Amino acid sequence: MNPTLDLLYRLADDQLILGHRNSEWNGLGPILEEDIAFSSMAQDKLGHSLQLYGLLHELGEAEPDTVAFTRNAPQFHCCQLTELPIGEYDFSLIRHFLFDHAELLRFEALADSSYEPLALVARKVKGELKYHVLHANTWVKRLGTATEEAIERMQAALEFTLPYALSIFETTEAEPEIISSGLFIGEAELQARWEASISKVLAQTALTLPDLRTLTPVAGGRQGQHTEHLQPLLDEMAEVFRLDPTADW
Amino acid sequence: MPTTKAQILDWLQAVTDPEIPTISLVDLGVIREVRVEDDGGVYVRLTPTFAGCPAMDYMRRDVETTLKAHGIPRVTTEISLRDPWTSDMVTDRGREGLRRHGLATPPKLNGGLLDLDILEYAECPRCHTTNTELRTPFGATLCRAVHYCHDCRQIFEQFKPI
Repeated sequence: MNPTLDLLYRLADDQLILGHRNSEWNGLGPILEEDIAFSSMAQDKLGHSLQLYGLLHELGEAEPDTVAFTRNAPQFHCCQLTELPIGEYDFSLIRHFLFDHAELLRFEALADSSYEPLALVARKVKGELKYHVLHANTWVKRLGTATEEAIERMQAALEFTLPYALSIFETTEAEPEIISSGLFIGEAELQARWEASISKVLAQTALTLPDLRTLTPVAGGRQGQHTEHLQPLLDEMAEVFRLDPTADW
Repeated sequence: MPTTKAQILDWLQAVTDPEIPTISLVDLGVIREVRVEDDGGVYVRLTPTFAGCPAMDYMRRDVETTLKAHGIPRVTTEISLRDPWTSDMVTDRGREGLRRHGLATPPKLNGGLLDLDILEYAECPRCHTTNTELRTPFGATLCRAVHYCHDCRQIFEQFKPI
């Protein structure tokens, strides 16, 4: 795949799928503020995916709705981290923390992309992502320094989630060209920045970051290999569109 | 006599934010460009406050309806991230409008970086103290955060800095 399309599909699909997962907290949040926070972040992420699918459309791909709602799991390029069910709040919070630290750094770097339309979107999105990171940091610090049970659950969630989080940085064969053409700094550089960024926050808690080099990333998502959880998500998300593509409300 | 840009901007003062009736789109800073074409048509470029703002289509429609009601034969609108919105684009009159709606105004960034500390800062719209604390960066709409005033002992909303 052309490097620009390859990069844009990965970015857009991550936003769409995690946005949808975040929306599943609507009505279920442990407190009202968290219900609203996850719903708001869902709305932001769907907005970001729409901007990115819009860029793909300008490059000749199908309409954003068609791209979002008519593909099946093997055609999606999101990392597996984004598609896992919301589980308990500790998992969703840790996923949000690990993912959005990477996203903020990613879009800050993309603001200098050699592909100007993407740089424009990134300059907009990075400001909004600061609120996501602020939110994640607040709760990780609060629960990561709270009761024994809270710390235990957060630590367990961190250890479960990290191998999936490393899949954020899975590369494709377009990677060398993405870097050499100045489209993006590349996943390895991003991962280094991310490690520094999450370590700084975790150091203010009772949580321990395992040695990431001892972990095996759960890769495959960028190549269309997904967990059994993605297809049911897509079926539910696209239910109305597939019944009636012209439905409007 | 062709309509002037100043006249168009004046008419657009009547088009307010769909959820904050005390601020016009012009004062909110989301109307980034107005151009009167040679044939009398008008082009208006808008930019969203937040990329996922669901009110953009309403804003666009309200701009078109208002200008057509003033007899503009052809109105073209475009939503673009060129020249992206920041909270510093809210005019002084706009900030006054936000306060009249009971919202705290975003602190001025003056082109500076939006750091995580400034997000926590807000002045209470009732008693004007800064003895306040950020309760959650997400509120009733994407562009609002929720703070608590320790003096009033009341929750209040702020139009977010970005």
